[in-house]
Amino acid sequence: MGKIVMKKKSTSTDMTAMCDVAFLLLTFFILTATAKTPEVLPVDTPQSTVQTKLPADNLSTLTIGKAQGKTVVFFDLKGKDVRKKALEFMADKYDVEFTEKESEEFGLMESFGVPIQNLKEILNMKAADRSKAGQPGIPKDSLDNQLKDWVLYSRKANIEVNNKELNFAIKGDAKEQYPAIKQVMDLLQDQKVNSFNLVTGLRGKNF
Amino acid sequence: MAELNTDGGGGKKGGGKVRSKKQNSKVDLTAMVDLAFLLITFFMLTTTLSKPQSMDLTLPDKEEDKTKEKPIKVDENKTLTLLLGENGKLIRYMGMLETPLAAPKDFSYGKDGIRKELLTRMEQVKQYSTAKGEPGKGMIVIIKPSKKSTYRNLVDVLDEMAIVGVNKTGSYAIVNEFTPEEVKLLEVR
Repeated sequence: MGKIVMKKKSTSTDMTAMCDVAFLLLTFFILTATAKTPEVLPVDTPQSTVQTKLPADNLSTLTIGKAQGKTVVFFDLKGKDVRKKALEFMADKYDVEFTEKESEEFGLMESFGVPIQNLKEILNMKAADRSKAGQPGIPKDSLDNQLKDWVLYSRKANIEVNNKELNFAIKGDAKEQYPAIKQVMDLLQDQKVNSFNLVTGLRGKNF
Repeated sequence: MAELNTDGGGGKKGGGKVRSKKQNSKVDLTAMVDLAFLLITFFMLTTTLSKPQSMDLTLPDKEEDKTKEKPIKVDENKTLTLLLGENGKLIRYMGMLETPLAAPKDFSYGKDGIRKELLTRMEQVKQYSTAKGEPGKGMIVIIKPSKKSTYRNLVDVLDEMAIVGVNKTGSYAIVNEFTPEEVKLLEVR
């Protein structure tokens, strides 16, 4: 009778398939990724149960939040060409010259909140420094209403570039008081933009 | 299966015969998989996978109000007014403020507060409309955000409108004009 020999099993497994899958997923995520850039003006959006998603293009976002104790509005526009065109219009209107490089930089930038006269300084900064720069918001009072012009000219630019009406989204801080939001809504309504999106976060089920 | 070749491959050992050793073609993939999954995790977390949510809001045309000045007759039995005040205060009344069908009362946000109320009122309005022979017409909600109310209050109420489904039969509107009585109402309590 032969001795029963316990066969020593190898503990290592074949990783080839796992490796394949892992890299496939990795490639997918790298290709679909658009890096999350730090927000220049961080806001805490209110929550809602509505599931509609924000459109990805033909969109301009007006961010309303607090910076240095004041209510400020930041402006963002989607699409590189639209942005460049809008900057061109604004430069014309306010007599500010932008070089080709600056215009290119503006096309790639995210939201900003400076008067157009100071936009150059922001454009010449590194992306990481912009959020630390303490941008004062876009002027929106009756004497110097640049926000109105940004809205108007970006709509024009979007029609020229994409041949579509621009959508507006309002991304307000939940703690912001209603008059601040109303001011922006009124500004949009003055230009007959009566329909817009309010950016919200997802609320839990048992609200 | 996947073992790392630890010995000196086909190197010479001692003074023995030079033998071409059969190379193990398998490489240990553990470290590679580890790295791959680490990167996957990184990219998943840094990617904005989902677009932010949004809520559609359509406001009535401003110009029209000024030029036409046409008062729209609204049945007081069907109107419910919500006053948004400071610190999450929410007051609702039904009909006209002078002769309310339901006296002004404080409510809280959320499913146990205003939502219950909205649902019962909607049911009442539905019965009222059916009795009048126009079952399609639902409740009209007037939202009045005061200067002290926050954006969160407004979105909460709009969300409530969406949950309850006021738009399916009736409608809702944001109105900014306050009567002195309404201002008083928000200040008192």
